[in-house]
Amino acid sequence: MNLNLQSNDFELFSIPLQFSQDRAALDARWKELQREAHPDKFAAQGAAAQRVAMQWSVRINEAYQRLKNPLARASYLCELNGAPINAENNTAMPTQFLMQQMEWREALEEAKTVGDLEKIAAQTRASEHAQMDKIAQSLDAARDFAEAARQVRSLMFIERFASEVDARIDRLEA
Amino acid sequence: MALLQLSEPGQTPDPHARRIAIGIDLGTTHSLVASVRSGVAECLPDEQGRVLLPSVVRYLSANGRQIGFDALAAQVQDPVNTISSAKRLMGRGLGDIGKHSQFPYQFIDKPGMVTLQTVAGEKSPVEVSAEILATLRQRAEDTFDNDIDGAVITVPAYFDDAQRQATKDAAQLAGLNVLRLLNEPTAAAIAYGLDNASEGIYAVYDLGGGTFDISILRLTQGVFEVVATGGDSALGGDDYDRALVDCVLARAGLGADTLSASDKAALQKAARACKEALSAAESAPFFVQLSKASIHFEMQAADFETACAHLTQRTLAAVRKALRDANLAKDEIKGVVLVGGSTRMPQVRKAVASFFGREPLTNLNPDEVVALGAAISANQLIGNQGGDDLLLLDVIPLSLGIETMGGLVERIVPRNQTIPTAMAQDFTTYKDGQTALALHVVQGERDLVADCRSLARFELRGIPPMVAGAARIRVTFTVDADGLLSVNAHEQISGVQAHIDVKPSYGLSDEEIARMLQDSFLTAKQDMAARALAEAQVDADRMILATTSALAADVDLLDADELGQIERLMADLAQARIHADAAGVEAATQALAKGTESFAAQRMNRGIQKALAGRNIESV
Repeated sequence: MNLNLQSNDFELFSIPLQFSQDRAALDARWKELQREAHPDKFAAQGAAAQRVAMQWSVRINEAYQRLKNPLARASYLCELNGAPINAENNTAMPTQFLMQQMEWREALEEAKTVGDLEKIAAQTRASEHAQMDKIAQSLDAARDFAEAARQVRSLMFIERFASEVDARIDRLEA
Repeated sequence: MALLQLSEPGQTPDPHARRIAIGIDLGTTHSLVASVRSGVAECLPDEQGRVLLPSVVRYLSANGRQIGFDALAAQVQDPVNTISSAKRLMGRGLGDIGKHSQFPYQFIDKPGMVTLQTVAGEKSPVEVSAEILATLRQRAEDTFDNDIDGAVITVPAYFDDAQRQATKDAAQLAGLNVLRLLNEPTAAAIAYGLDNASEGIYAVYDLGGGTFDISILRLTQGVFEVVATGGDSALGGDDYDRALVDCVLARAGLGADTLSASDKAALQKAARACKEALSAAESAPFFVQLSKASIHFEMQAADFETACAHLTQRTLAAVRKALRDANLAKDEIKGVVLVGGSTRMPQVRKAVASFFGREPLTNLNPDEVVALGAAISANQLIGNQGGDDLLLLDVIPLSLGIETMGGLVERIVPRNQTIPTAMAQDFTTYKDGQTALALHVVQGERDLVADCRSLARFELRGIPPMVAGAARIRVTFTVDADGLLSVNAHEQISGVQAHIDVKPSYGLSDEEIARMLQDSFLTAKQDMAARALAEAQVDADRMILATTSALAADVDLLDADELGQIERLMADLAQARIHADAAGVEAATQALAKGTESFAAQRMNRGIQKALAGRNIESV
């Protein structure tokens, strides 16, 4: 295949176009590709070489960031399959999911110690994993990309909440 | 040189194959230079056999200066003109320096970065650092009896853009060709990892004289991948000295306001001596003669530890945060490496060991390990090392963003992102008919612009009048492998663009650097002309050889016109080469370099595409 900067992430990494990926293989491929393109390899070769190497190296890092992050990878697959996430315009969520979110937020407000917060963080992580399994099912088995996009939107809520928990821990420890 | 050497293995287009590259650890309290000689990295000693150079510069009235040990010896006697710890002032304003009454200097508040009033005039921390770098460059030149082709300069991983830029300016001012700014913990990992053939996840805990870094790295087969980094660019051994001084002053019932500049310098010196003695004993004398009193105590190690416990705790908080960022638990860390002279303090070792539940590794000299890693990296970057190279995948330590409405920060590049990286965010106009957008670039983790470091301001002008919210302005942040930022703004409907390389406002212009270079370093004029001609001819030969081999490999990328143009430039250069005129040879070399730039870019693209495709076929 003739690769260029516009090739999609899966082509660039030469991996199957699907959600399930072997993280170790992904990491190894990333390093293989960077070995060929990193600007350090061309440090003694002038500005033009540096510029081109930098473009490729940046592109490889961008693809790797997206591929290694399950949420980003799922969003990207939905988009490639004609079901963009459109998180800003599409905020409808199942009632049960919203109820659970409210409970979590109450718990976060009441949390006082790093220990309390770490307990919440563990709960959130478990929920993230469960949601990820559903998404994998929709993308790779059912190939229902519209449903996957809905599930991704829910996962985005969970991840936002998780990063708020982390930020609270950071502040308490600062 | 613009042309690429994507040559076949075994074929070197360079007639002078081995080039001289050095690694410099520009430290808060002392600096070192190292180089790879006969395959081994070693620190280069001065004439007296000492490898450490105290990072101290004393300015004298008659335009002279003392650097290193001589300056250090004068610190108490001439505190105002003897600048140490300049690294703590790099890229910093007066407000950043904190309890600056502890410094005996006369600061002048300047936008972007403070300067210091000395007997030799106003000096910026960049100039002070350049003196130290130039001294080390000179040491290397004397060692090799030759010019230095390139240098890797180390910086704390937690340095922000302004501090990195200031360091690069200083190196340029010292006449060094900077191959790369390398993060100190990464440099240590290179020296350490190669020495121990280590694989797995390692933590590098680097407590220097004035900075603290924690980096979590994954080491696999020559790849040094930084997973997360954290730290405090204003926390180091100096602060332990100060905590000791505060403790002593409190016991003696003396206020800091009663002290003269000499007293402060004397206290600092006494504190350092006492601290060092306490690394090997349970108690040590603290003795100092001040202008109005003398202090003499027997300091207990336990009391010193209590006085500094809050500092050690601050380092551990940064370690916990880096582990969280890396998504790793303590027990996943295979080894902890201690770097920096301040890790000699038993209280620090003890705290790190008990935090990780394992004894840290200390088999390399913590003072030298950073310079050694930098030398190994420099040797590779200059092209001396064939075969399988190291690959350094570092990260940006602090998030980068842009000011939005209400003084809030919109984050564009999150911290711990692998570099080089480019990330974009779309913005729009908020008023009908708005034709310009002011962009304020900041760095830091806080939500309010006021709590982050301001890096640059620029404007995108000439946006065609539209209703509010109709313009689509894409702002792209590009961070190179040195961790330096450039920003591009592009209105996508009209195509209007603006670009800046983020140079803080104190950033020295190229003319200023040229002038300062002439003023300070290039005093030896003899042989200059002859040497310039020889260098120009070597460059010309390299250029012609590289062009010839590039044409042999990829001439099909060019049409007849382009080829004719390049051949003409080569003939011109060959002609100029014959005349003994350095400027003429340089100009012709430059012309050929410029004329082959787009060819070089095309070859490069082809080379990388081929290499990537090759990788893919191999592994399918």
